[in-house]
Amino acid sequence: MEQTGKRKRVHINNISLVITVVLFILMFLFGSVKYNNFLSLSTFLNLFNDNAYLMIAAIGATFVLISGGIDISIASTIAFTGVSSAFLLERGVPAFLVILLMLLVGIIVGCTQGALIHYFKLQPFIVTLAGQFLMRGLCVVISERSIPISDPFFKTMALGKVAVRLGEAKAWNGKIYYYVFILLIVFAAAVYTLRYTKFGRCLYALGGGETSASLMGLNVARTKIAAYGISSFCAALGGIVFSFYTLAGFGLQNLGLELDALSSAVIGGTLLTGGVGTVAGTVVGVMIEGIIQTIVTYQNLNTWWTKVTIAALLCFFIVIQRIIAIRAEKSKGKNE
Amino acid sequence: MRETWNRLSEKQYFRPLIIFIIILLFNGIVSKGEFFTLSIVDGHLYGRIIDIVRNGSKLMILAGGMTMILATGGTDISVGSIMAISGAIACSIVNGNIFPSFNGNVAAAIILAILAGTVSGIWNGFLVAKIKIQPIVATMILMVAGRGIAQLITRGKIVTITSETYYFINGGYICGLPFPLFIVLFLVGFLVLFTGRTAFGLFLESVGCNPTASKYVGIKVDRMLLAIYTLSGAFAAVAGLIESAGIKGADCNNAGLGIEMDAILAVAIGGTNLMGGRFSIPASVIGALIVQSITTTVLALGVPAAYIRVLKALLIIIICLSQSKQFKDLVIKRKMINRKVVGS
Amino acid sequence: MSAGNQLLTVRNISKAFGKAVIALADVQFDLNRGEIHALLGENGAGKSTLIKVLTGVENKDQGIIEMDGRQINPRSTQEAQNEGISTVYQEVNLCPNLSVAENIYIGREPRNRFGTINWKKINADARELLDKFDLHINVTKNLDHYSVAVQQMVAIARASDIDAKVLILDEPTSSLSSAEVDKLFQIMRKLREEGMGIVFVTHFLDQVYEVTDRITVLRNGKYVGTYLTKELPRVELVGKMIGKDYAGLKEAMNAKWPEEAERQEKETFIKLVNVSSPGTVKGFELTVKMGEVLGFSGLLGSGRSETAKVLFGIDPISEGEVKVKNEMAHLHSPLDAIRNGIAFCPENRKTEGIIGELSIWENIILALQVKRGIFHKISRKEAEELAKEYIEKLQIKTPGTEQLIKNLSGGNQQKVILARWLATDPEFLMLDEPTRGIDIGTKAEIQKIIMDLAGRGMAVLFISSEIDEMLRCCTRMIVLRDMKQVGELNGKEISEEAIMRIMAGGEAS
Repeated sequence: MEQTGKRKRVHINNISLVITVVLFILMFLFGSVKYNNFLSLSTFLNLFNDNAYLMIAAIGATFVLISGGIDISIASTIAFTGVSSAFLLERGVPAFLVILLMLLVGIIVGCTQGALIHYFKLQPFIVTLAGQFLMRGLCVVISERSIPISDPFFKTMALGKVAVRLGEAKAWNGKIYYYVFILLIVFAAAVYTLRYTKFGRCLYALGGGETSASLMGLNVARTKIAAYGISSFCAALGGIVFSFYTLAGFGLQNLGLELDALSSAVIGGTLLTGGVGTVAGTVVGVMIEGIIQTIVTYQNLNTWWTKVTIAALLCFFIVIQRIIAIRAEKSKGKNE
Repeated sequence: MRETWNRLSEKQYFRPLIIFIIILLFNGIVSKGEFFTLSIVDGHLYGRIIDIVRNGSKLMILAGGMTMILATGGTDISVGSIMAISGAIACSIVNGNIFPSFNGNVAAAIILAILAGTVSGIWNGFLVAKIKIQPIVATMILMVAGRGIAQLITRGKIVTITSETYYFINGGYICGLPFPLFIVLFLVGFLVLFTGRTAFGLFLESVGCNPTASKYVGIKVDRMLLAIYTLSGAFAAVAGLIESAGIKGADCNNAGLGIEMDAILAVAIGGTNLMGGRFSIPASVIGALIVQSITTTVLALGVPAAYIRVLKALLIIIICLSQSKQFKDLVIKRKMINRKVVGS
Repeated sequence: MSAGNQLLTVRNISKAFGKAVIALADVQFDLNRGEIHALLGENGAGKSTLIKVLTGVENKDQGIIEMDGRQINPRSTQEAQNEGISTVYQEVNLCPNLSVAENIYIGREPRNRFGTINWKKINADARELLDKFDLHINVTKNLDHYSVAVQQMVAIARASDIDAKVLILDEPTSSLSSAEVDKLFQIMRKLREEGMGIVFVTHFLDQVYEVTDRITVLRNGKYVGTYLTKELPRVELVGKMIGKDYAGLKEAMNAKWPEEAERQEKETFIKLVNVSSPGTVKGFELTVKMGEVLGFSGLLGSGRSETAKVLFGIDPISEGEVKVKNEMAHLHSPLDAIRNGIAFCPENRKTEGIIGELSIWENIILALQVKRGIFHKISRKEAEELAKEYIEKLQIKTPGTEQLIKNLSGGNQQKVILARWLATDPEFLMLDEPTRGIDIGTKAEIQKIIMDLAGRGMAVLFISSEIDEMLRCCTRMIVLRDMKQVGELNGKEISEEAIMRIMAGGEAS
């Protein structure tokens, strides 16, 4: 079943995805040849350990991109949930309540943005840009300093891990932190939603053309608002995972992360024009970014090289997308 | 007299101007007149209003460029990063960190910094006009990577400089007035003339309202877009020079951080529709002064600086809503229902 | 017909857009079970507005819609579908990025017992359904893989498969070949037997007489009458559609062509030799002479608009050469075309023509300003004079030159667009559907303007899907099919039958 679905998108989606996977393997090989200790299971697993929060957020961003919109409030939502959960935990609010509250805030923020965009026809970029500033501003209002987290539950999630042993040698040993399993759940849920639910398919239809979708009798309003809701929900969840990861909340964390989330989706084959994209691609996209980061660390370069390289990669993939789109248009005219 | 008044009140900059005056008066009353006091020290004018003009100069310049971009329905969120690049280049040259052969020549530093801004602008314009990427994504690339590039130029350090000539860009005076004011007058004057005296303004509004129809009447939409993003980049570089001259160095992490939002807000307050279409550069410049004076006022009232950002974000949404046709319809419907209820 | 047989009743529906445009005034309509009912009228008669009201795209201002005797008020397409009203539009409104099967079943996907979408069943069902339409295509491929005609058949399949009582077909045949149309009619008859009520909108009268049971005619947003198809002679039908204004049209038509011989001696303005454009026209040959009105006839997607776009430099020329007045011309952009004396009123007035937020005078001077160049700004005074001149010349109804063009009626907007191009003093004017959605009076005026211009020596290319007005205006007609020129008719040879015959592919003269 999955196969039939994929074959039809061979044009745009898969070329991008194939390049991405090949690129990932090449980079991994490059690192393995160049640096000692690089080729190991833990290098691979650390891609997930270190980027789980980004993967979760990027999966959310993929929903919005598929619907044909854009959400650049992701990074500040992550920062906001990080700071406010640290703030609340510091004041003794129970961990589960904090998490619940943060997820709720995520959904409300996202749905509000979606509603503004849909009902009042405001441009997504303005609304989510304002959202970005609002959340960042609130971060600083809550606390200008970094707040450490000492809640036992958060600590368990942060430090608890499962050892993975695939062989005797050290290179075949690695570990997975508990919070990575949250990512797995989100991933599975996202794949299921996009492929096997009515809502997921409406999302693709919406990205294919809003007028068509509404004339086909699909509920455009609900779909669009839900897409932004999911995006912010994932960002909030990513924020919680991020505070597991760092055990602290700081308002200026993750500046410019929206570009990472966006580019991982694009690198993974999601079209910026909407209607095409998979979460699996997005996850591979984040893995590429993770490996760039790893190489930059091994090479002992300025960390800003990561951002610059990711931006360059994004440009490269956007150009590829454009070329494929133009080609498809031309060949279509010839066939018919 | 009455006719002049009528004509004035029809201009797009009329409402922002009134708002600006009200804010000034409010400040004057709160500070019991101290706000308006101007003093002359060494033949230089000092005062709170002068501060607003000086501190708002960057924003006024950026708002000028941003107006044209927003008028086409686009956006440029890379201006802050371009400011960082420009500051990093200029300071590094003055300092002799890069291009030591220039011997810290300030003129060379300024020219190269503006050149870098122009190239950044061309890059944005290329992505938007030729590759046809949404402006928000296209400029976000440079917004994030640009700060990285600036960091790479300064090797991740904060560069401090000692050059009285360079300080002049922000702190200098001509005829008793702060030098940045003259930069603003020059650049904004150029824009106003360029959009008003040529058909550029008309074409821009046309592109903003309906790009397809504009293409079909023969307007070279691509070139227009390329031109305005380039101008915006160059202007951002100038703003970056003023900023770095003000802090006497280049701080790549914080230079122009978040200023793109202020610039968009300034244009929105100026009454230009963010969906594209009619625009007014003078109105945006007054909008920039309003944003700056709001910042000053809020700080003077003792509100923590952190709240200003939140306030601005909310303000943008409110202004956008007030421009939204759907929102207006909703409000009007409500009013009519209320009236009906009252009537019956 | 017995009352129990009534499926859908529409009473006294009114709808206005803004204050000026009244699209529907007190319109009646009724549909029986097991009936194919033609909804006819000229462009601007209110057919599409009525359909939009029925399908929930637009809200009615007044009136009652009853379905099975129960009052309904659909406010979205979804609500209309839930009430059992399903629609196929002239332009394909499906999602190109989804598979054929999914386009048919989206929104009502079969699920398995876990509530997840059953893709196997979707694909199998889609195959089975399309087999009924004799459409044997790979249903798992993306929709945009197939031609417009196939896409339209898929849309019809979707609409007919939805559990609908009423099926509305809004000009579904404009992109179909005659074999495909036959297939469609077969299906329509079958659905009729199953008791479905079908509303059929078309401008092909042959099709009306072939397949429908009853006819309702609208004119200028008003209800004219409902008739049994077999009792209404064709001439009478046309009379009812056109109404009393017919006499006025006659007059406009008689606006006098100069004698045949006089026009023949004019020189060639533009000559196309073997021109191709990627994805659109192939090996196109064309000569247009000064003073003639050349018509492009053909179905939607036949290449009539596409050719005009190539001539205007909007779509690139990949092969062949263009000569303007015997000199090689390079039409790489609309600006090049304008500089060569070409003007083009595009098909879609709202998205390609008007600049809605700008005033009338700005809209009028725009093309001239482009021609003069960005640094030679037209002074406000000159602009005002130009605008006033054309408002008077073309009788544009507006309170003043400062009025925003979006506030004008369609006909007046079209006149402003026309003024925009006449201001550039063109030698060759291309008009793509200049009278679509315009009231009959203005239509006649525009036709008269076209003939006047040609009479004064301008070369005109006229594209319209209304054969009647083409017959009225054109001195020469080129028939297009599948992006190719398939026939040419001169002067007296031009007749509806001749055009239809060539269009249908009977004969390539």
